Parts: sequence; structure tokens; C-alpha cells
Amino acid sequence: MAMLEVSHMEKRFGNTEVLKDISFSLEKGQSLAIIGSSGSGKTTLLRSLNFLETPDAGTITVDGQLLLDAAVRTKASDKEIRKKRLRFGLVFQNFNLFPQYTALENVMLASQLLAKERPDYRQNRREILEQIRTRGVELLTQVGLQDRLDNYPHQLSGGQQQRVAIARALALDPDILCFDEPTSALDPELTGEVLKVIRSLAERNMTMIIVTHEMAFARDVADQIIFMDGGVIVEQGPARQVIEHPVQERTRRFLSRYQGQS
Amino acid sequence: MFQTVLNALNQGFLLTLALFLVTLAGALPLGLLVSFGSMSRFRPLRYVMRTIVWIFRGSPLLLQLFIIFYVPGELDHNIWAFSSGRFWAAATAFILNYACYFSEIYRGGIESIPRGQDEAGLVLGMTKQQIFFKVKFMQLVRRIVPPISNEIITLVKDTSLANSIALAEVIWAGKKFMKSDGLVWPLFFTILYYLAFTGLLTLFFGWLEKKLSYYSV
Ligand SMILES: Nc1ncnc2c1ncn2[C@@H]1O[C@H](COP(=O)(O)OP(=O)(O)OP(=O)(O)O)[C@@H](O)[C@H]1O
Ligand SMILES: [Mg+2]
Repeated sequence: MAMLEVSHMEKRFGNTEVLKDISFSLEKGQSLAIIGSSGSGKTTLLRSLNFLETPDAGTITVDGQLLLDAAVRTKASDKEIRKKRLRFGLVFQNFNLFPQYTALENVMLASQLLAKERPDYRQNRREILEQIRTRGVELLTQVGLQDRLDNYPHQLSGGQQQRVAIARALALDPDILCFDEPTSALDPELTGEVLKVIRSLAERNMTMIIVTHEMAFARDVADQIIFMDGGVIVEQGPARQVIEHPVQERTRRFLSRYQGQS
Repeated sequence: MFQTVLNALNQGFLLTLALFLVTLAGALPLGLLVSFGSMSRFRPLRYVMRTIVWIFRGSPLLLQLFIIFYVPGELDHNIWAFSSGRFWAAATAFILNYACYFSEIYRGGIESIPRGQDEAGLVLGMTKQQIFFKVKFMQLVRRIVPPISNEIITLVKDTSLANSIALAEVIWAGKKFMKSDGLVWPLFFTILYYLAFTGLLTLFFGWLEKKLSYYSV
């Protein structure tokens, strides 16, 4: 069964249709790259999956559980939305780390707050917080920042900040981790270290959706690729096939702009 | 004589200090509520709050003080007719006025925090309250310390307006010696109290700003 199933999703901002009849599915442990030119709706799609935007139509199903049916107009409670959100993680283009917290605190904060809702929090407070800390250190080690636990974001390079942001998103064990152009805000010499981390997550079979302009990376790391244009999915298929033998003329034209880059 | 004057001025200054502290204790939190109101998505509340803020910021504090103190006296039941009524009338005027000034500073601070901070919190499953208190509050504090400290230093000096409703604060205490003993210097002498107090506050806020700049945005 698919880990994620999106069907017939639509989103309008005023009179502009930004997403039109978006349907796709993603198997557990696979990664999906979304490519497409500026304004094609990639960010809006990720934001909708993370409940930052409310689609006008369509459904989102995760692991067989219907998370969102836009046709059902009853407003979900904040608590329900929060719970559903946790099925997804989102890594932003510009990191959005919390500047007043160290790398480790950034990673631990949400888990600490969430732990307070556990019924046994009062009894086992120390152990729970210790576990959260251990997990935080583990995650920062996984992204290669074991020496930077106590640094504040402004003391880190962009690449390091983005790796903290990835660790922070992983801390809540999302079923599906989304990346919105994770390297676009970085100097070219820093993109490699972030892509390496994402690649290692793919190797550990993390289910991921990656919006990216790095075509070679998409081809080599993703299992599936979706090409979007003007709010529709123009083409989707196995990564290598979409990049090397695109079927649609629009895909070909888009990819030709990236030729020589890889 | 000097000792007598000093004792009287000290007495007066205690009242100045009390008015200052009570105003801060009331206006700092009240200002936050006002700023939430003036940013509310519920339009009538937003308009009402912004109008109130405009009234308090757009007219002289001295006039507000007169209105708040004297208008109840014109009515049947003077709410200020108790022993420290003058003090509380002054405190009320100051709290309302300063809450409005603070609310605008808070609002500017809150609006200047990038939307991405909210979104990062939301995506991590935080509640709106958690995002405000755990993510944005410290950033807000840092942004508002410089403008708030300016207002607070102005407040020290503004407390002297309360002598217009005969509250016996430090300037009032100094002036009394002109009538009773024909002495002018006690009035002038009060300037030292203000200078010492604002000087200390300036040092304190300088220290606080430094303390808060352990991170940069
Ligand atoms: N909050 C909003 N209000 C109105 N229009 C919006 C809003 N957010 C996005 N749009 C519009 O929706 C369209 C798709 O935007 P989106 O950010 O999803 O594109 P994108 O594929 O991520 O582009 P890019 O590659 O530049 O990041 C654009 O035309 C954009 O102007
Ligand atoms: Mg985008």
C-alpha cells in the first residue's frame, strides 16, 4: 500500500488556480523529486501536505488513513490538525531555525513540548528529557554536526544551518519528510554537504518528497520524479526515465535549460 | 534644614518611584493585550483598539490625567474619594497611556518577526501559544528592549505630571519649600533624583541589551 496518496488536489488563491487536479502516490521508503519552473505550484503543494495551506478540493491519505478531504467542510480542531501535521516534516528553503536556541535546542524543542502532553510526563520527566536529548545528539551526529551542538544558528554556515533544520524535522519521526528547495539559499560550495545528508536519508529508506532544481541529484537519488508546470502534473515516472527520456514536449523544453549542468 | 529638605524630598521620591513601578507593572502586560487586540482578525475589535490607542497617544497625557481625576468628581459618586485616591487616579491615567504606547512597540516587534518562524513552529506540531511563548517571545523581547527603554525613561520624567493633580511626588515636595520657607533650591535639587534614576536605568538597559545579544538574527 502507498505511504502517501494525493488525489485530485486543487488550490486557488483568489482567481488564480495554483494547483489543478494533482494526483500522485508515493511508496513507503521511496523518494519523490518534484521539478518545475518558478510559479508552477511546487511550494504550494508541499505547504498543503503540511497543512499550511488548505486545498479547495482533493484528499490526502497517509498509510491508509484519510488525513484530509477538502470536501468535508467541518473544521478540524487545532489539536487534530497538529496530530495530522506530525505525519509530515518540512524543511524550508531558508531554514527558519529559531535564532535564540542552540542547534541542539532547536532539534529538541518540539519534542520537549510534545512530551508535556504525555500522561506519564510528571512521573518520568527526567528520563523523558534525557531520551529527547540523546535523540537530539544522535540526529545532529547523523547530519555531521556533533561538534556544533551548542552553537547558535548565526554561528553556523548556511549548509550547517540547513542540516540542523533537517535534524529538527527528523526529531518528530515524520512518516514523510518534505524538502522545499533545500539548497537554493546556499552558496554553491555548500550545497554538497546538504545533498549528501538527503542522499544518506534516501539510503536509509526515509520516505521523502524533494522539490529541487538540482536535476542530477534528482535523477540519482529520487525513485520517482514529477514535473509540474502551471499547476498541473505534466509528467511523472521513474527518475532516470523522466530526466533522460522525457515523454512530454514541455518536460523536454524545461530540461533543456538544465543541460550541461549535470 | 538640609536634612529636613532631604527627608521631604525622599518622601516625595518614594511616591514618584511607586507611581513609576505601578505604571510599569500595569502597562507592560496591558500593552500586550492591547497589541493583540489591535492585531485581531476580528475587525470590530481591531478598530476599537486602534481608536483607543490613537486617543491615548494623540492627546496630552496631562489632559488625560485631568479628565480621569476630575470627571468622577463631577459625578455623584467620586471613585477617587479615598485616602490614596490621587495616586490611583494618576496611576490609572499613566497605565492606560503607557499601555497604548507599549502596545504599538509590541505590535511593531511582533509584526517584524518573519512568518517563517510561525510556520516552522506549526510544522513541528506546536500550538499557537507555544509558538508565541517559546519561539517568538524572546525574539520579541530582544527587538523591543531599545524602544521600550526609551519609553521607560520618558515615564520617569512624566511621573512629574502627577503634581498637577496635587499628588505629593518629588517635585511637589520640593515646591512646598518655596511657599513655606521661601526656599527655591529644594525644587531645583530634585533634578538630582531624576538624573540619578534615569542614569541607573540607562546603565541597566545597556547591560540588558548586551545580555540579550548572545545570538543574532
Ligand atoms: N499566499 C499566496 N497568495 C496568492 N498567490 C500565491 C500565494 N502563494 C503562492 N501564490 C502563487 O501561486 C503560484 C505558485 O506558487 P508556488 O510558490 O507554489 O510556486 P513554486 O513552484 O514553488 O515556485 P518557485 O520555484 O519560484 O518556488 C505563483 O503564481 C504564486 O504567485
Ligand atoms: Mg517554491
